[in-house]
Amino acid sequence: MSNPQQLRYSKEHEWLSVAEDGVATVGITEFAANALGDVVYAQLPEVGDTVTAGESCGELESTKSVSDLYSPVDGEVVEANQDVVDDPSLVNSAPFEGGWLFKVRVADQPEDLMSADEYTAFTAG
Amino acid sequence: MSSTAPRHTALDALHRSLGATMTDFAGWDMPLRYGSERDEHLAVRTKAGLFDLSHMGEITVTGPEAAALLNHALVGNIATVGVGRARYTMICQEDGGILDDLIVYRLADDEYMVVANASNAQVVLDALTGRAAGFDAVVRDDRDAYALIAVQGPESPGILKSVTDADLDGLKYYAGLPGTVAGVPALIARTGYTGEDGFELFVAPADAEKVWQALTDAGTPAGLVPCGLSCRDTLRLEAGMPLYGHELTTSLTPFDAGLGRVVKFEKEGDFVGREALTEAAERAASEPPRVLVGLIAEGRRVPRAGFPVVSDGKVIGEVTSGAPSPTLGKPIAMAYVDAAHAAPGTAGVGVDIRGSHEPYEVVALPFYKRQK
Repeated sequence: MSNPQQLRYSKEHEWLSVAEDGVATVGITEFAANALGDVVYAQLPEVGDTVTAGESCGELESTKSVSDLYSPVDGEVVEANQDVVDDPSLVNSAPFEGGWLFKVRVADQPEDLMSADEYTAFTAG
Repeated sequence: MSSTAPRHTALDALHRSLGATMTDFAGWDMPLRYGSERDEHLAVRTKAGLFDLSHMGEITVTGPEAAALLNHALVGNIATVGVGRARYTMICQEDGGILDDLIVYRLADDEYMVVANASNAQVVLDALTGRAAGFDAVVRDDRDAYALIAVQGPESPGILKSVTDADLDGLKYYAGLPGTVAGVPALIARTGYTGEDGFELFVAPADAEKVWQALTDAGTPAGLVPCGLSCRDTLRLEAGMPLYGHELTTSLTPFDAGLGRVVKFEKEGDFVGREALTEAAERAASEPPRVLVGLIAEGRRVPRAGFPVVSDGKVIGEVTSGAPSPTLGKPIAMAYVDAAHAAPGTAGVGVDIRGSHEPYEVVALPFYKRQK
């Protein structure tokens, strides 16, 4: 399992792309997807929703359990990935690519987000 | 649950080498899944799956009065099970409450093997031992004597045939016979918990890896994959099979669970629970208790055990098991609901999923039945 170098990572196992024009993409990591098992239902935040770092903004349901989805940053949702709503297995098959969850216009970003190497060490512990 | 270290099956190292995600189940460290549980589920429905079920509890009962003891201790008529055949049955408390559901194999005239759920094996062993007083029979704890490997799915007869000398064509559903698999002794039973054709192989723990490897080698070209407990749960749920602790508990009698047919009042002699079960049977007929039904989601949110079943804002039942069904492509559940809402097609039934009432269709069980 390798975590892309260009992303930032939260302790809740979300990844965040570096913002372009203030908009960043959010997903869950491969580590998180593996821990969940097959994702069968994704409730994503809606366009226009305000999300807050570390607070629940949706849910991911797998065979065995339901998990809250957290935003790694503060901001306003500008897009939700309809492909994942239609086919939640994308979260398992391509967590860092086609399985992205939502895009957010970043208002504030916590300072404790991890680099890829730091996240790899975090999940190895 | 005890806080002691988890137990490991004879196949533990093999599961880890296969990259299994492990889980604690009734004090055992068991494979939950190896890859995608959905793929494992579909492999069993369409091809074949290989399971380690060594956590199940084997108890051997021998002696001239073995049959009489089991007829007294269990609710079924065990004396009429032919040698080489198996029966699904239950063991109840004096008050009729279900202690466990069991499969009993008759290995010889005076020898039976009782297979209990891992979570109840000690309870069943203690009950059988206590109930054996006065019978010329011996109850033996054989939990450590066996590893249990199941091969399940439509391709399983062909796969097993290639590694055994046993006559599988002559082995009917719910039958078991001694034979060899991969050159080692095995009790080969045509039983399972998936709703598919398949076999359960009781072997010595020291032989378990050899049997697993031989089945893997023989089965991989036919699409066999290793399968964990996660897909075992969704397979049995689709097949409408109860799971102890969910659909079956000590506060329910077999009649409450819709399984009154396992209670054989006509058998000779007294049996534990007869009086209470006679009353439970009458009660079930005159004022039906909650009924075990199937629920199919109209939406995509998944019901879980313990969620309330609702109608018109009122709680009318409770979900006992729920999961996304890989075969139906929708969430499904088993639930006990008030008899007034139990008929298939009853309108207005929903499940309270974290505060929102999601619409569900009431259906008869099972959700899935294989084509024979």
